[in-house]
Amino acid sequence: METLRKTIAIDPMTRIEGHLKIEADIEDRKVVNARVVGTLYRGFEQILIGRNPVDAIQISQRFCGVCPTPHAIASTLALENAFGIMPPNNGRIIRNIMQAANYVQSHVLHFYHLASLDYFRGPDVPPFIPRYESDYRVPKSVHDALIQHYIQAYQIRLKAHELSAIWSGKMPHVASIVPGGVSIIPRIDNITTSLWRLKELTEFIDNVYLPDVITLSEVYRDYFSIGVGPKNYLSFGLFDLDAEPDVTRRKRLFPMGRKVDGKLESVDPGAILEDVRSSWYRSGSHLHPTKGETTPAVGKKEAYSWLKSPRYDGKVYEVGPLARIAMMQANGSLPAGKQLIDKTLHDLQLEASHLSSVMGRHLARAIECKLVADSLGEMIMQVKLEEPVCVPYVIPETGQGMGLWCAARGALGHWVEIQGGKISRYQAVVPTTWNASPRDDRNQPGPIEQALIGTTVDDTENPFPLARIVRSFDPCIACAVHILEPGKAVKKFRIL
Amino acid sequence: MSFRDAISRREFVQWAVKAPVALGLADAFLPRLAHALQDAVKEYPIIWLQASTCSGCSVSVINTIHPSIKNVILEQVLPGHQLLMTYHGTLMAATGSLSIEAARNTLEKSRKKYILVVEGAIPTAEKGAYGVIGEENGHAKTMLDWVDTYGREAMAVLTVGTCAAYGGIPAAAPNPTGCKGVLDVFADFKIDTPVINIPGCPCHPDWFIGTVAKILLYGMPKPKELDEFGRLKLFYGRSVHNRCVNRDYLDEGIFSTEFGQEGCLLELGCKGPFTNADCPIRLWNGSVSWCINAGAPCIGCTEKGFPDAHSPIYQRR
Repeated sequence: METLRKTIAIDPMTRIEGHLKIEADIEDRKVVNARVVGTLYRGFEQILIGRNPVDAIQISQRFCGVCPTPHAIASTLALENAFGIMPPNNGRIIRNIMQAANYVQSHVLHFYHLASLDYFRGPDVPPFIPRYESDYRVPKSVHDALIQHYIQAYQIRLKAHELSAIWSGKMPHVASIVPGGVSIIPRIDNITTSLWRLKELTEFIDNVYLPDVITLSEVYRDYFSIGVGPKNYLSFGLFDLDAEPDVTRRKRLFPMGRKVDGKLESVDPGAILEDVRSSWYRSGSHLHPTKGETTPAVGKKEAYSWLKSPRYDGKVYEVGPLARIAMMQANGSLPAGKQLIDKTLHDLQLEASHLSSVMGRHLARAIECKLVADSLGEMIMQVKLEEPVCVPYVIPETGQGMGLWCAARGALGHWVEIQGGKISRYQAVVPTTWNASPRDDRNQPGPIEQALIGTTVDDTENPFPLARIVRSFDPCIACAVHILEPGKAVKKFRIL
Repeated sequence: MSFRDAISRREFVQWAVKAPVALGLADAFLPRLAHALQDAVKEYPIIWLQASTCSGCSVSVINTIHPSIKNVILEQVLPGHQLLMTYHGTLMAATGSLSIEAARNTLEKSRKKYILVVEGAIPTAEKGAYGVIGEENGHAKTMLDWVDTYGREAMAVLTVGTCAAYGGIPAAAPNPTGCKGVLDVFADFKIDTPVINIPGCPCHPDWFIGTVAKILLYGMPKPKELDEFGRLKLFYGRSVHNRCVNRDYLDEGIFSTEFGQEGCLLELGCKGPFTNADCPIRLWNGSVSWCINAGAPCIGCTEKGFPDAHSPIYQRR
């Protein structure tokens, strides 16, 4: 019997950060192959070469206007690593505060403004129309509440930005993160006004955000078995608790680690290699970010993406809130976290393995948002007036540094090399490069591709399950596609 | 595919009055309906194009406080004036070809009546191939094509942020993708649609809302209201330095030489003297702070030369 095979494209994929296209081959209503394609290239690494190393903090955070904070921090950690300095307590703590506020902003924005319209009809006015008529299942009372919460969430994410801006000067784009610490001299009113903004955030997360996600978890229970990822998890951890120079030994509130084949393992940054088999590059494959090459090869056979494929020990890893929560659940490093995760899973009658799914990612993100907000009050109270915020730095003639951190969307690494006091090489491996990566040298699909493959699509004109899967990863494409050199015209985008 | 056409305001109001329950409108939107009932509402469709951008300007503009972003996109932003955000890649419900249809529809129905907002620079190298959004007639549509198509037919173009205005970060040397600001692209294409620049990295929400309000109430600004860089003097008429809160330190000769010290930040590379913007009096994010209040030098993000003219960022120019 002849099977009906059809390739569909969702282009552009809206309500994500950046420019993304999804292609899926569908056979007998099932996705048999999927390709995730970034459609914008900006060339940040080239822009950074030859500049004063410290400029990287301001320039690299312009990777992303939703999550500039983690880029500023990872970049600064890389510089501090190269300069041989560590920030004083205040510097470390104030960065943690800015990062925590940015997590809340990003998670609330993602759930309500990017993802939630996949699950309920907005009002019948632009930008809520036109829309795909999807399977909106929530009853009217929930629907009306979700519209109210969608609006309220705008105000909450704005408050989260204010909480950050109290310390960072403004948001987006952090002004106050510098090598050696931060530039802001803390005052008592920074502390009080932060705490009272935090109270509003916490009330929203506890009474609105987490309950809304739990409600959708009940209504869309089947989405705990749709969008299953590779179930290998990687986190670089974040929120430094000490000033240990070796990042792999530094204590972090959310720990660095891996969960692979069900086992917890430590992270060796040397085991991260990037493949380019399916990427439009002819340069060497299977290279560490400090050695990575990016010679474009437009029209290269079997290639279909500007993203490389980062792999750890050759394996496919998912990064992001799910990765951090899955690890926290397994290792119990944050007891309050493990307790909340276990209780939520128990109440919903789910196993930890169900978290690797569309709804599991939303649930992990909401739980993490609460854990971050619950930790933020203590961070604010740790700031000590009158104590130093920064140590001086000297830019060395030569050096190299690595900054490992976690953006809201997952594990983030910046690598810098300095020669003649200037940047000679700069590489960032960002969360969405892990999650949206194409097939690697061993032909293993990336996490989003794995999550798409096997999905049932009843109506190829209205492939909403695929959009739901992609959005559950919270992709940030502006970050992910930043590697390429000017070359031949990019004419090989597939035309469907 | 069930594409629901945007309906006219009058049809919408008539329909809404008959069947508010069927529409499923929550209370959140009722005030807007009440206003809409008062006739003669002027509507301004907006196509918001995100080109080579980090999305930071969208993120910033939704930080608007009074009016709130709800007021801006769902209510009459000013009495009798309603914006209709028919295309915004990050906010709109539609995705894929349906989203492209929404933009196309606006163009065809509202020729020379819609406002095009551009966020991000325009990649022009390799005929624009470095930045693509969707397909049209079976061909990938470059951002450059978008600016050509939608810029030509717009009533006016607002460039939100320094990238859209002048190229900004992606146009920094060596400008790998040939990024340009909208005015430069328009010059190449001989497009004469009026452009107002609202630079900043990001653009301040008040600058955007203020510029929109100015157009709605008073029409397009007169040439004398704009500076040589196409910005409203209202917001960009005076230097950061001249209104800086640290002027007393300067007068007293107290300079910071390391981060985290009290003092004027000139020695740490502050670009306030070379930067025009009202940040010192407007402040950011609900007026909680601004760069200088966080001990951070002005990096000149509203200026045409940003970032190259201001590099190294933390060295005195």
